[in-house]
Amino acid sequence: MNWADLRWLVPELVLSAAAVVLLVADLLVAPERKRWLGWLALTSLLPAAAACVVLLGDLGQLGGTGVRIFADTYTVDAFALYFKLVGLGAVALVVLVSMDYFPGKTPHLGEVFSLLLFAGVGLLLMASASDLILLLLSIEFVSLSSYLLAGFLKADPKSNEAGLKYFLYGAATTGVMAYGFSLLYGLSGSTSLYDVAAKVGQFGPAAYLAVGLSLAGFGFKVSMVPFHQWTPDVYEGAPTPITAFLSVGPKAAGFAALTRTLAVGIPEDQVNWPLVLAVLSAVTMTAGNLLALLQRNLKRMLGYSSIAHAGYVLIALAAWRSPWAQQGLLYYLLAYLFMNLGAFFVAMVAAQGTGSDEIPDHAGLSQRTPWVAAAMVVFMLSLTGIPPTGGFVGKFYLFAAAVDVGLLWLAALGVANTVVSLYYYVGVLRALYLMPPAAPGPVSVPRGLRAGLVVALAGTLAVGLYPQPVVVFVETARRMLGV
Amino acid sequence: MPILTITLFLPLVGAAVLLFLPKEDAERIRRVTLGFALATFLASLLILPRFEFGRREIQLVEQAAWIPLVGVQYKVGVDGLSLVLVLLTTLLTVLSVLYSFRENHRVKEYNLLFLLLETGMLGVFFALDFFLFYVFWELSLVPMYFLIGIWGGPRREYAAIKFFLYTLVGSLAMLLAILLLYFHLPAGQRTFDVLEIIRQRPLSGTGLLAQLAFWGFFLSFAIKVPMWPFHTWLPDAHVEAPTAGSVILAAVLLKLGTYGFVRFSLPLFPEVFHQHALLIATLAVIGVIYGALVAMAQTDLKKLVAYSSVNHMGYVMLAVAAAAYAYGRPELSDAAATALNGATMEMLAHGIITGALFLVVGVIYDDRTHTRGVDDFGGLWAVLPKYGAVSITAMFASLGLPGLMGFVAEFLIFVGSFSIIPVFTALAALGVVITAAFFLWTIQRMFLGPTNPRWANLPDLDRRESWTLVPLVVLMIVFGVYPKPLLDVINLTSSQLVAMLR
Repeated sequence: MNWADLRWLVPELVLSAAAVVLLVADLLVAPERKRWLGWLALTSLLPAAAACVVLLGDLGQLGGTGVRIFADTYTVDAFALYFKLVGLGAVALVVLVSMDYFPGKTPHLGEVFSLLLFAGVGLLLMASASDLILLLLSIEFVSLSSYLLAGFLKADPKSNEAGLKYFLYGAATTGVMAYGFSLLYGLSGSTSLYDVAAKVGQFGPAAYLAVGLSLAGFGFKVSMVPFHQWTPDVYEGAPTPITAFLSVGPKAAGFAALTRTLAVGIPEDQVNWPLVLAVLSAVTMTAGNLLALLQRNLKRMLGYSSIAHAGYVLIALAAWRSPWAQQGLLYYLLAYLFMNLGAFFVAMVAAQGTGSDEIPDHAGLSQRTPWVAAAMVVFMLSLTGIPPTGGFVGKFYLFAAAVDVGLLWLAALGVANTVVSLYYYVGVLRALYLMPPAAPGPVSVPRGLRAGLVVALAGTLAVGLYPQPVVVFVETARRMLGV
Repeated sequence: MPILTITLFLPLVGAAVLLFLPKEDAERIRRVTLGFALATFLASLLILPRFEFGRREIQLVEQAAWIPLVGVQYKVGVDGLSLVLVLLTTLLTVLSVLYSFRENHRVKEYNLLFLLLETGMLGVFFALDFFLFYVFWELSLVPMYFLIGIWGGPRREYAAIKFFLYTLVGSLAMLLAILLLYFHLPAGQRTFDVLEIIRQRPLSGTGLLAQLAFWGFFLSFAIKVPMWPFHTWLPDAHVEAPTAGSVILAAVLLKLGTYGFVRFSLPLFPEVFHQHALLIATLAVIGVIYGALVAMAQTDLKKLVAYSSVNHMGYVMLAVAAAAYAYGRPELSDAAATALNGATMEMLAHGIITGALFLVVGVIYDDRTHTRGVDDFGGLWAVLPKYGAVSITAMFASLGLPGLMGFVAEFLIFVGSFSIIPVFTALAALGVVITAAFFLWTIQRMFLGPTNPRWANLPDLDRRESWTLVPLVVLMIVFGVYPKPLLDVINLTSSQLVAMLR
């Protein structure tokens, strides 16, 4: 092993160290001062993110290619760094709002932050893993932290149910994926994605079986049909900041890992995975949207909506040949980070003001907290894909990709689904704005949550109004992945 | 001075200013809103001295890079067509805001949405980049949802979501069509620049794809116009919307559809449009006659005016279809230009006249009688002489009485279309007869005959109401008697379009 290679791991190392420190500090710090641990967690994310930016600069000096370290098991390229930054952003925003959410609900505040950072380490690993074993391990790493976080509120039966359900589904799908990976290994004699790519042509039909089984684990992480059933229950039961985290962090990393596995490991002229994913995309978005229509609980609705969004993002993989697809995948997940976190943050405010997660109970919230309601308008429009928001530009890219490669039917289905989704997203706005307030008086928004909302709102609007910087970044990222 | 950009974003600045005013201070909010609406109107008037009236092409172009990597830019400009529609928009926004001074429910949000809506509408007329166009197209949708949904009548929620869903279906179909156009430009030169795409017509000769793209645009515009059978959202939205919302909906938002047909469908897909012109003319004629007949059957004055919109927009589409049918036949190009002039004139006339009619409905309903039943009135003219005069003038203008603006528009449409598609035009002329019938009947029932004693003590138009209605009536008469200055501007675009379609 070359010790100098460790510098490519600085973000992971920083985060791991901080997580361990937090774990110990949780035992030492007096309960009423544990909020302080949240600030520690936040501060540790800064150097990690800064390291990602520095590494990006280093890559640029290397002539725009990625770096493979540890016998090709770990790849650091702009694609990976992009997802690392998205993952760190998700962790940071969730830590920020957790500082107001968990005190009073649990004495083990430090553990929450520690687990969030560990999950963050997993996200960083997933974005870079280019070896089947490391891939499996990093996915498990994220999953284990997430199971614990989802079931963290032990006094709340729903949270317990969420944790257990998540664990059972996760264990089963990981098992299936491990089987798929073992087939890939057995057929190619190597666990490196680069070696698999070279040999996959000789597999014949067995390659389809192996890829299909492997999809289970990724599908679970990104909430792809038919591995989505856990989503609404876990989303509803888990503590809301954790739900928010699950909906963006593991999802984005799951897409990063899936994309790298397919784009690097399985040449599409050998295995026609774009076609498989086109079908899965169609099924996923349609199922998610139709089921979301029926929901009254905001968190459940956002759960089904996150299934639908997984379907939209899968368009990018279905249309992978188009540069628009590759850019769109990256772009969409960033926009999704802001808009979906924002939606969950508003859900937290609403739950605080009304004591309920039911959408009709949020009636007239615009009268009680106008800025938060206005932010929700932006998030809902963005999730629908209406300009001038990040969600629109993201969808624009994805539909463009589908049109570019001639998948008109998929683009048309995406359009139909968008119209369906408008109905339930606007249903939330209807409650907030059109219905009279159920209770009088303003709703107070704690400071951390307010900061999180501002960032989410600014992010959603900024990537929608001025996409150019992100577009340039994703263009670099996708080119590097192709190398 | 980037006058177009200033005009475009002034209302948005106004909306931002409103954000920081306390919502209790309703009077100040109203005044600030009116101030920004007036400033926008003034800015739009300042376009006139800069506009070269001899030039047919798009002018006063202002542009900036936006997403250069994929060929998206901020690009705005005006020609005769967009100029007059911009003026219509800014004027009617001022009048609507002025009319809405009586709105006491959630004043801050109301006025804010109106200013947002204005930027959305202006953007559609100014935009010369498809991406930008789409952004504004959708932006004009969202405020209207809330305006109908919060301040509307009893069935407001249903009407608002129906409006939103219908128009979104169309918008997204158009988005796919735009993408089809984009990806058929040669790689390396891909752009969303409207003028460049029109110049290259990337889909001509692609058969099925051109058809799909044409129908994508068609769906979007036809829903907005609305053409029969895509009109079903309109009666709901118009009837439930608050008065000023109905005014803007009728006067400007419907024009976005016809504007789209003239600005995009005609020059982008002349062959395909030509191929389907008769089908579209059929739908237009059905809209004309159906709209008129259904309007006749209404006893609710607001519904009556709403259906008369279906009828009038049918005339516009008839003329557009005629112009499309004349594609490739140079001997008909004069007629096509006349038809297009008529279409644009009708857009303006309908905007002014129907805008006035919805105000007329609002004046009597909102804070006088709280009823709109045509049969609940009678002899109103004797009680309300000013209101009666204004209403009757607007109704006469709407039915196409010579000397008023509606007549000029319909006359041009019929003259132009008749040389191209005579049978359809003759059938559509039936609509004029029915329109005349139901408006005359309405005048008779509402304003003539014995006075209904319930309304004997109604106050006549107050000063603010007069200020909203009289300018529109003056315009109806001025352009009815002397339409030449308006036609000269409109004709710039029509002749340019016809030259392209020859």
